[in-house]
Amino acid sequence: MDEKKKVNFLKLGLVRGIIFQVVGSIVGMGIVMLIRLLMGLPAWNAEPVWVGGTFVGVITFLIGVGAFSDWFKWAKGEKTSDHHEADPSLPGWAKYYSISLDHKVIGIQYGVTSILTLGLAGTFAMIFRTELAASKLQYIDLGTFNSLIGLHGIVMIAAILLGIGAMSNYLVPLMIGASDMAFPRLNAFAYWINVPGALLVVSSLFLGGFDTGWTAYPPLSARAPLGMQMFFLGVYVIGLSSILGSLNIIVTTIRMRAPGMNYFRMPIFVWAAVATSIIGLTATQFIALSFQMVMFQRLLGMGFFDPTNGGNVVLFQHLFWFYSHPAVYVFILPGLGMISELLPVFARKPLFGYKWIALSSMAIALVGFFVWAHHMFTAGMEEYLRVPFMYSTMLVAVPTGVKFFSWVGTLWRGKISFPTPMLFTLGAVSIFLLGGLTGPPNATVATDLHLHDTYWIVGHFHATMFGGFIFPFFAALYYWFPKMTGRMYNEKLGKWHFWLMYPAFYVQSLGQMRIGLLGMRRRIADYDPALNFDFSHLLITIAGFVIFASVVIFLVNVWMSVKRGEKAGTNPWNSRSPEWQLPTPIPEHNYADHPFEVVGEPYDYGLEGSTYIKMSAASKASAAD
Amino acid sequence: MATSTLDNRTSYKYKLGTNRLGLWLFLLSDAFFFAGLLISRFYLMGFTRPHLDQTLGLIVTSVLLISSFYMNRAETAMAHGDQKTFLRGTLITLVLGVIFLVGVVGVEWQLAPFGPGDGAHGALFYMMTGMHAFHVLTGVIFLVIVYRNGRKELYTAEKHWGVEACATYWHFIDVVWIFYYPALYLIGTVVG
Repeated sequence: MDEKKKVNFLKLGLVRGIIFQVVGSIVGMGIVMLIRLLMGLPAWNAEPVWVGGTFVGVITFLIGVGAFSDWFKWAKGEKTSDHHEADPSLPGWAKYYSISLDHKVIGIQYGVTSILTLGLAGTFAMIFRTELAASKLQYIDLGTFNSLIGLHGIVMIAAILLGIGAMSNYLVPLMIGASDMAFPRLNAFAYWINVPGALLVVSSLFLGGFDTGWTAYPPLSARAPLGMQMFFLGVYVIGLSSILGSLNIIVTTIRMRAPGMNYFRMPIFVWAAVATSIIGLTATQFIALSFQMVMFQRLLGMGFFDPTNGGNVVLFQHLFWFYSHPAVYVFILPGLGMISELLPVFARKPLFGYKWIALSSMAIALVGFFVWAHHMFTAGMEEYLRVPFMYSTMLVAVPTGVKFFSWVGTLWRGKISFPTPMLFTLGAVSIFLLGGLTGPPNATVATDLHLHDTYWIVGHFHATMFGGFIFPFFAALYYWFPKMTGRMYNEKLGKWHFWLMYPAFYVQSLGQMRIGLLGMRRRIADYDPALNFDFSHLLITIAGFVIFASVVIFLVNVWMSVKRGEKAGTNPWNSRSPEWQLPTPIPEHNYADHPFEVVGEPYDYGLEGSTYIKMSAASKASAAD
Repeated sequence: MATSTLDNRTSYKYKLGTNRLGLWLFLLSDAFFFAGLLISRFYLMGFTRPHLDQTLGLIVTSVLLISSFYMNRAETAMAHGDQKTFLRGTLITLVLGVIFLVGVVGVEWQLAPFGPGDGAHGALFYMMTGMHAFHVLTGVIFLVIVYRNGRKELYTAEKHWGVEACATYWHFIDVVWIFYYPALYLIGTVVG
């Protein structure tokens, strides 16, 4: 069928966008050079020309992809239709490569981009893990090593943010019974701006790289190669996506719920998504600000973080961590919400303490705003700030403990089954426990002075990221796979994926913690063989490759199941959530023809005669057609 | 009952409420950016301030505050269906906004005895006024769009979300300046 419809590639938004970005960047560079000439400066100076040019390129990408089209029409006073139909001259898959206002399409766009970036960041890790497998330098030089660790960090962060975008964009409207997001155009814009942003971040590798790691501390970042500026600009642009996406989620949740769905009857994931969005909406501005200040310090010689010019480097760390610590709660909260969402389905029991879980997400988000300086115990900040930040950090353990208590309570005496999504959910609980328990030693000032900047920290945050994002994300992908594609994934390959990734992760993370305690520093390409870390490093590298292989198995599984998987029923997990009551594939406007009303509690699994939602009579009639 | 609720969702009134919430959240987010700069100003400069032309500062501040008055007048006029007052108010706001921009970027930036590379006060003065001026510029563009569409009589007393959004955004820019003006011109002792 695809052969019949000839695809004009120039009609695909993605292709047009990239062409526009390249042309726009070149034109932008020309404009900057022209302005420089008019100001009486020499035309060529790599930094301002590249930064100005590529910034123009980001805007022209968005024009090329069509993200501004409707807004331009509004500005001209023209009306646009509420919904856009897909271009009928293109085959079905093409809609994923162009602008679409359908939140389900955008959710899948986010998801695929997330997995691609995840693979890219994982590949970076494999390269430098190979280097680290033995002491001495073997394959890559120090500059490349530094660029790779920095890129591994930031591309992973982008992948996580995209994955969260995937889960919340796809699921939140479906779970609350909305036809779409509150602002569909803003939603599409927030997705597409990631593409030029990601291209910029990766382009840094070819423009001299950067040697600061993902945290980009000045004064080093103020004098790193040109790649640093591309890194800043790319993250700046991706941050905008985070802000606008968060805004959309909050407004959608407040304004678009189905009749009867009050706040404490929403599926629990929605609470997590909103808590995340509160952080994303506000704190993200601070990383934008801190990066913008370094960019301008480099461009115009502004002395924000230059002690010889009235600045202070510690200010950068305050601004940076005011976002970047809450950001780690952005990364984990949706995952923790996912655990709470899936456990009751597979334990066939009510979620233990719904309100406590819902409010603990909010509590983590709010407490998260007051803990940032625990990253700075060794940074030379004011000493009196240490102890207050130690206590505020410890406070985070309380709402997190509430979640663990509820998960155990939910599982307790449940009728548990173990398909792949449930395995990943349980794996997430176990690994997040490891990540959580290794946190307080870092929050305690006395122990942190020893642990700071060691592999212990690396092990700790990889455990939180795997437990808080990677495992729940894969659980979600397997769980909603039948709803997204209409087909079942391959259970055998799914189990292989889990049973490779789970033990390998423990080897990797515990290995990192062990050598960290013994004194292995972060972010160095080589280590002294006399430290006897060679064997541990080799094990960590092997474990890393096993994790990488397990993700390859996942990709094979997706590829095969999308094409030839068994046809799945509309509700294979016997879930109570509204999206599973819809036919597969989900109609373009979700519940427009399937209105429902919430009449009971969401998680009363196993309770005789309890119902969550009641489809209206009109909906049943149309479903029968 | 269910269907009637859904019908209301597509009504202009319901969408207006949704749009308002979205705009206010956007402003909240933006406020964090400006707050971050304000914090940086006190962190680096404490109770000192850059050497600036007080008369000019007072003039541009007055211009911006007066523009907010005309913005409000324009919006209220539109809500009452008074097309003429609305257009006049929008145009005056627009002109005052441009005067503010010229005053800050065209005059103050040239008069200031320091550049962006001169110490913390130089960096912060240019970054704070620059980011604020950038927002004023976007507000002016917004005003141009509203004025143009207003002349085409696209707004009515019942449906004028564009005007309302523009006015809210303009007042927000004004409020930011109410914090920035004392932070740059009034608080602390003069250095540089």
